Amino acid sequence: MLELHGLSKHFGGVKALDGLDLTVEEGEICGLIGPNGSGKSTTINVICGVYGQTAGTVRFRGELMDGKPPHQRLRAGIARTFQNIRLFPNLTVWQNLWVAQNSHQDIARQGFLPRWLGATRQTRKEIVELLELADLGHKGDDLAANLAFGEQRRLEFARAAAARPKLLLLDEPAAGMSQREIDDLGQRIRRVRESGVTVLLVEHVMELVMGVTERIAVLNFGHRIALGTPGEVQRNPAVQEAYLGSSAPESGPEGGRA
Amino acid sequence: MAYYLGLVQLIGIHTLLGLSAYILMLTGQLSLGQAGFFAIGAYSAGILTVIFQLPILPALFVGALIAAFFAFLVGFPALRVKGLMLVVATIAFSEFVRLFFFNLSWRVPRGDISVGPDSTNGFREIRYFVANGWSAWEITAFVWVFVILVMALLWWADRSRTGAVLRAVGEDELAAQSVGINLTAVKVAAMTAGGFIAGIGGGLYAHTATYVDHLTFTVLLATFAIAYPILGGLSSVFGTLLAVIFIQGVLVEGLRFLGDWRNIVFGLMIIAAMNLKPSGLFDAPTARILKRAIGLDGRGQNGA
Repeated sequence: MLELHGLSKHFGGVKALDGLDLTVEEGEICGLIGPNGSGKSTTINVICGVYGQTAGTVRFRGELMDGKPPHQRLRAGIARTFQNIRLFPNLTVWQNLWVAQNSHQDIARQGFLPRWLGATRQTRKEIVELLELADLGHKGDDLAANLAFGEQRRLEFARAAAARPKLLLLDEPAAGMSQREIDDLGQRIRRVRESGVTVLLVEHVMELVMGVTERIAVLNFGHRIALGTPGEVQRNPAVQEAYLGSSAPESGPEGGRA
Repeated sequence: MAYYLGLVQLIGIHTLLGLSAYILMLTGQLSLGQAGFFAIGAYSAGILTVIFQLPILPALFVGALIAAFFAFLVGFPALRVKGLMLVVATIAFSEFVRLFFFNLSWRVPRGDISVGPDSTNGFREIRYFVANGWSAWEITAFVWVFVILVMALLWWADRSRTGAVLRAVGEDELAAQSVGINLTAVKVAAMTAGGFIAGIGGGLYAHTATYVDHLTFTVLLATFAIAYPILGGLSSVFGTLLAVIFIQGVLVEGLRFLGDWRNIVFGLMIIAAMNLKPSGLFDAPTARILKRAIGLDGRGQNGA
């Protein structure tokens, strides 16, 4: 579904990504982990078109994405969340979801005027569903800025889902969350996948990554050092070394938040 | 009475000017180009009624379209600059337009005299209303039909998805792109719509004033255009209307009895307003109070 081939991104002399190869299969939940500065967020930003890559290619469902601006990639089916939440703070929760309904089928089905100057029944129904999914049903008219932290995270997740993406990129969605919220997030991620969405999860919270993903790619210094099931990755000596230095203790990366 | 009607016309026309900047400010663009679009609308509509002898409605419409076309052209380079740089770039545009009309001489004979823009002497014969025997009341009503139509349309758009998308772009461009909003299309569309509205305002201005010259369209006019939505706040189009009434009605005209002291009081009142109401006279809390007062509590407009 998503193929990254020889992907490099240099910022001046810094090689944030250095020849990354990664394939995400349709329908899976794929984890992307690695120490700080290993290039995880850069990968997401290059996939979404926020940064252009220095070298290499991004293919999505066989189609070359190079040079396409972010909004076209979203319409092709790639949605994302941000590491530091980026909602529209002075819009209501409802409006945050409303502006994000940008998938192609959506545009074709509604006429121009109903879409821009009205709200079709379908639009309303979908937003109500998204609100319920995010447990924000009673907060539709609140400003996004006034939500609690966990609610903002849920809204951002729902906003990404509002475009009905085929691939969802989650950039550290569990950062700053309590244990209960992390469990809840894990269930949301599984539910999204059950609805047919492929997920690429960048995360530092190991129990979430180990718990929900089928495959994990490990980055260090901008390239992939390991790829496998959560169990394989945990036992991989190169991964243990990257995370913990050369004399890795037995626990490996599994012990909580690396 | 004619004096007050003239003031009411001016308030209407300046409301259009302010709204043209309002729609741009929703997308986070601060433009001093509105004076240029206003000038294009004024000269174009004037030339159409005077030289081509069109009726007022098509003249206004075509003048606004020409202004919108130039706004569309300005919209693309404007995408590359933001904040202060956009302000500077759009000042350059307004000055370019002003100097163009400063030099434009297009006289055609009409009976014993010649009519049309006469470069430094201005454009003096925009007498459509007088020639057709419109009363001051009729002219005032005519102006306000446009003001009400534009306000109603913008108010409606503002409450619908259009408004949310414009505001989303103004709040966070990266997030807006990431949810699939085409920044180029939204910003250029806002610029074009703003140019159209300023163009209508300009056309109405030329015909109510019967005389325009390049000095009408200086940076001061552009500053007024953005001062209205800044003072009125961006919560709704009514803020801009209130700000125009406040500035043109209360400050500029109402303080005339103070003579030269007026400018000092004018300055003090602006400073006071900006300190007491930093997000505009008609900010969100004020809007809520007013809504409650007239029995609309503002909740549930989206059925959520």
